[in-house]
Amino acid sequence: MAPPADARLQLQTVRLTALYGRLAAVKDVSILFPKHTVTALIGPSGCGKTTFLRCLNRMHELSEGGWITGKVLLDGVDVYEPSIDAIQLRRRIGMVFQRPTPFPTMSIYDNVAAGLRVNGRRPKAELDAAVEGALRRAALWDEVKDRLRHSALALSGGQQQRLCVARALAPEPDVLLLDEPTASLDPAGTQHIEELCHELKARYTIVIVTHNLQQAARISDYTAFFYLGDLVELGRTEELFTKPTKEKTEAYITGRFG
Amino acid sequence: MIGRRWRRRLTNGVMTGLVALLSFLAVLALVLILGDLVARGASSLDWSFFTKNPVPAGESGGGVANAIVGTAILVGLAALIGLPVGIGTGLFLAEYGSGRLGWVVRFVADVLNGTPSIVVGIFAWTWLVKPMGHFSALAGSVALAMLMVPMLARTTEEMVRLVPHSLREAALALGYPRWRTSLRVIARTALAGIVTGCLVGIARVAGETAPLLFTALGNLNFSTSVLQPMQTLSLQIYVYATGPFDEWHRLAWAAALVLMGLVLLLSLAARWAIRQRHGAAR
Repeated sequence: MAPPADARLQLQTVRLTALYGRLAAVKDVSILFPKHTVTALIGPSGCGKTTFLRCLNRMHELSEGGWITGKVLLDGVDVYEPSIDAIQLRRRIGMVFQRPTPFPTMSIYDNVAAGLRVNGRRPKAELDAAVEGALRRAALWDEVKDRLRHSALALSGGQQQRLCVARALAPEPDVLLLDEPTASLDPAGTQHIEELCHELKARYTIVIVTHNLQQAARISDYTAFFYLGDLVELGRTEELFTKPTKEKTEAYITGRFG
Repeated sequence: MIGRRWRRRLTNGVMTGLVALLSFLAVLALVLILGDLVARGASSLDWSFFTKNPVPAGESGGGVANAIVGTAILVGLAALIGLPVGIGTGLFLAEYGSGRLGWVVRFVADVLNGTPSIVVGIFAWTWLVKPMGHFSALAGSVALAMLMVPMLARTTEEMVRLVPHSLREAALALGYPRWRTSLRVIARTALAGIVTGCLVGIARVAGETAPLLFTALGNLNFSTSVLQPMQTLSLQIYVYATGPFDEWHRLAWAAALVLMGLVLLLSLAARWAIRQRHGAAR
């Protein structure tokens, strides 16, 4: 059930509990995310998977009343240590949201460069190269290379989402968090993002929240099933989907509830 | 069934007619005012009206050059003082205004918004004109700025709040510090709306008379010194319209037309700024 020991592990939660005020949305969850793998978080709405994801880059603490107990280890260091700067941390852990969120006042180029510029000035040539690299990795370069100075809002929804992926990739993070990245996309856009996951895991550790079970089965190496804030089951994706050990998991993946 | 259908149609027709009539009345007021101003004032608009200063009572000719320049200086100075304070307050309210302090500031802004402008004028007289010993354009600008600040604060807050929360999260997730998120992403996205609010605010105070009566006072001569009394279009209209001479009345109408035109221009500029909101970056 646990990932193999030889996989070099990058990100790990230890007995992580996430709360809103006194209400626990995620309870006592310990998961290992091995390096360069895709882990899918599945479960019915309100089961805490998004909250869990937001704990990993310390976005949860920005929510009203948000706080946690337990640990989140990135390369062995607890990211909730007082000495860790949440802003610096978020530059190492990229995030893409459910709806495309390009900055409306910025051009395509500036959107991708935003995460780099916030980290200090750098030579234009270097910036150009980083922007092109990020757009290529997000499989968007060929579609936008002739209109980098145009508004990001002129892109289609699917393109905007890949732009957000490029923006998250530009600062060269170690981990990529995807919060239902295809929820607002059409089938073509969804396929694009899924293919991206396959390519990107060679360089990044990916955690993806999804409502789409087929999607989880298609793109992930490991799957974690959440229910009412509890981690019910965690395992290799093909095992979890073919022979789940928990009754709840089986009920969910066969569509009997949620 | 038939009866009910007819009743619905009838109600629909009557209500549609009613709101159309009311809208017509609202527009009619503006059309009548503008029409009247043009009819009585347009004939007096000539080159000397814009370039000459007022002549002594009883003589014919002369213009309101001093009042036009005075309005520009006075309102410009008021904007210089009022815009930063108003926009800053609005940003504060939108970004950090959820606590008790935000509640207090918001409440004060709302009360100030409803304060009659003449009260603001008295305030400026007490705290600026009296200590300085004489009337001044500066005191008038401060009074106008005080009228602008609460308006700008509230519109800026509204505009900033219209920016989707997801955009803020996206910036923070990218490693933006909070202040940079506020300025570079949130304020920039709301910029068109904020600019619109500024233009409307300026247009609104440009026509104020009451708070200027005992601050800027008015000046029959051309003056650009902000420490001296200064003439504005609104004050000029007040003096000329209440004076006994036909020549004055003629000039008052023309000045009113110019002032109205200025306000219209600012409103049009505000409209244009709103349209830009949907435009492309760069």
